Amino acid sequence: MTAEFAGGQVAIEVLYLIASVLFILSLKWMSSPTTARHGIWAGEIGMLLAVCGTLLHHGIVDYKLIGIALVLGSIIGVPLGKVAMTAVPQRTALSHAFGALCVTMVGSAEFYLRSPNISPFMMSVLSVEVILGGLTVTGSLMAAGKLQEILPQRPLTYKGQNFVNFALLACAVVIAVHLILHPEAQSLFPFMILIALAFGVLLIIPIGGADMPTVISLLNAYAGLSAAAMGFVLDSKLLIIAGALDGSSGLILSIIMSKAMNRSFTNVLFGAFGQVQTSAAAGEEARTVRSATPEEAAVILSGANRVIVVPGYGMAVAQAQHKVRELYDALSKRGVDVRFAIHPVAGRMPGHMNVLLAEANIPYDRLVEMDEINGDFPQTDVALVIGANDVTNPAARTDASSPIYGMPILDVDKAHTVMVIKRSMNPGFAGIDNPLYYLDNTLMLFGDAKAFVGNIVRELGGGHG
Amino acid sequence: MNASSNLIDALFIFVLAGFIGFEVIRRVSPLLHTPLMSLTNALDAIAVVGAIVLVGEHKSTRAAVFGFIAVVAATSNIVGGFLITDRMLKMFKSSRPAKPADKSVGQ
Repeated sequence: MTAEFAGGQVAIEVLYLIASVLFILSLKWMSSPTTARHGIWAGEIGMLLAVCGTLLHHGIVDYKLIGIALVLGSIIGVPLGKVAMTAVPQRTALSHAFGALCVTMVGSAEFYLRSPNISPFMMSVLSVEVILGGLTVTGSLMAAGKLQEILPQRPLTYKGQNFVNFALLACAVVIAVHLILHPEAQSLFPFMILIALAFGVLLIIPIGGADMPTVISLLNAYAGLSAAAMGFVLDSKLLIIAGALDGSSGLILSIIMSKAMNRSFTNVLFGAFGQVQTSAAAGEEARTVRSATPEEAAVILSGANRVIVVPGYGMAVAQAQHKVRELYDALSKRGVDVRFAIHPVAGRMPGHMNVLLAEANIPYDRLVEMDEINGDFPQTDVALVIGANDVTNPAARTDASSPIYGMPILDVDKAHTVMVIKRSMNPGFAGIDNPLYYLDNTLMLFGDAKAFVGNIVRELGGGHG
Repeated sequence: MNASSNLIDALFIFVLAGFIGFEVIRRVSPLLHTPLMSLTNALDAIAVVGAIVLVGEHKSTRAAVFGFIAVVAATSNIVGGFLITDRMLKMFKSSRPAKPADKSVGQ
């Protein structure tokens, strides 16, 4: 090894070290919206340094092919960076798939380059890398398909589903163990990948839309962990660090999401939510609901001092966030204090509602987390629920037989008046009846969220047209 | 340096980075969980460095082809991830009067 050669390696490692520090700073600056954009600069500079450092790598002979790949990736990446904000959940799922695809491809290539000279430890991490990577590729594609509504959003369940899934995973692990002992058995490797890919599909089939926030977070964690495993295989400290950061981020989000649903990971992944509830909803005597027109709703809202809006996935589906912004303006102009209560699992991914409302230009200091705002509902004149259901269901507090019993909810029922914009009395996504709708202080506003809010705004004399 | 000390070093780095990740990300405001996810996604695409070496070294056709696919996938995550994170963060505005001078560069 010549001195010059070693010097080049040191320079590359120093660039990687700087990139690692920038990545950590990037995440640190995400702690607040005021510094978050610095975080992007830090991340971008870190990335640039790392890629440039890698291009200095001594063994690289073919720059043309790298260039083509980089350009092609950018061509695909730009439209993915410009999707509508409502499509962010499926875009995120798709990018988990791309990240995992990269890891799986690199892992496979390394296997064929090194086999049969692979130490047991190396083969173990390599197996972790490609199995986690493979199942994340197809799992994320399935999740993206469900979110884009190319695939049915209802959970699909069948008898023995969990047995089939575990058996498949066990097969993959058996092959991995065999390869660890006999790394020369190249013909087995594709089967391990295929099983991981199939497992990813089957894992997401029983997942319903309401569980997507947890599942996307979990897939995020898998993508990160598989990248960290790749770092072990390639002996790249930068990759280990980036993978560990991404993995812990996904894990933290998964924990927050599953806590907000009062469920464990295993319950989310293997519980198939949609199948147990029918008994809870059926068999009740016909209860009456009170409904109101946009005019009546406008009168009540304009007479209020404090209003809390509770947005949910229904608001995203109806694309009502801009009308909600007009309502916010019209009421604020009249001196009404309007805030937004954000449940952690409202929508289809962590933070989904915040992004939609920020897109509609609602100031972020009006968006309040569940724990902070829950104590304020008793002093609130009107709680306006737009397209949210289970996260407002008081049965979660009171009814031990309810499938969502114990789940933390927004205490909208404690407000003086509750108004719920809803298409019809059909139960929500998880099929659970919501006693909120039958309370004496609840008014149902039947209709499309966007149209209904628009009508209220018109009654208030605001909005456009 | 032998393989096992390399391995131990790598494990140390993994565990410590995991701890840093936990402590840093625990402090991220729930307001920003969506951009956080797209940012970590972009950062995770640093896996592109491994793929670039595979393509560039061209040790076998298979390795180069796999590496090529990997570079394309990771690059699209880098470009798309940073772009959309930036777009999202630009939207978050406070109701307090914004500082007139936005010192952001470029774009």
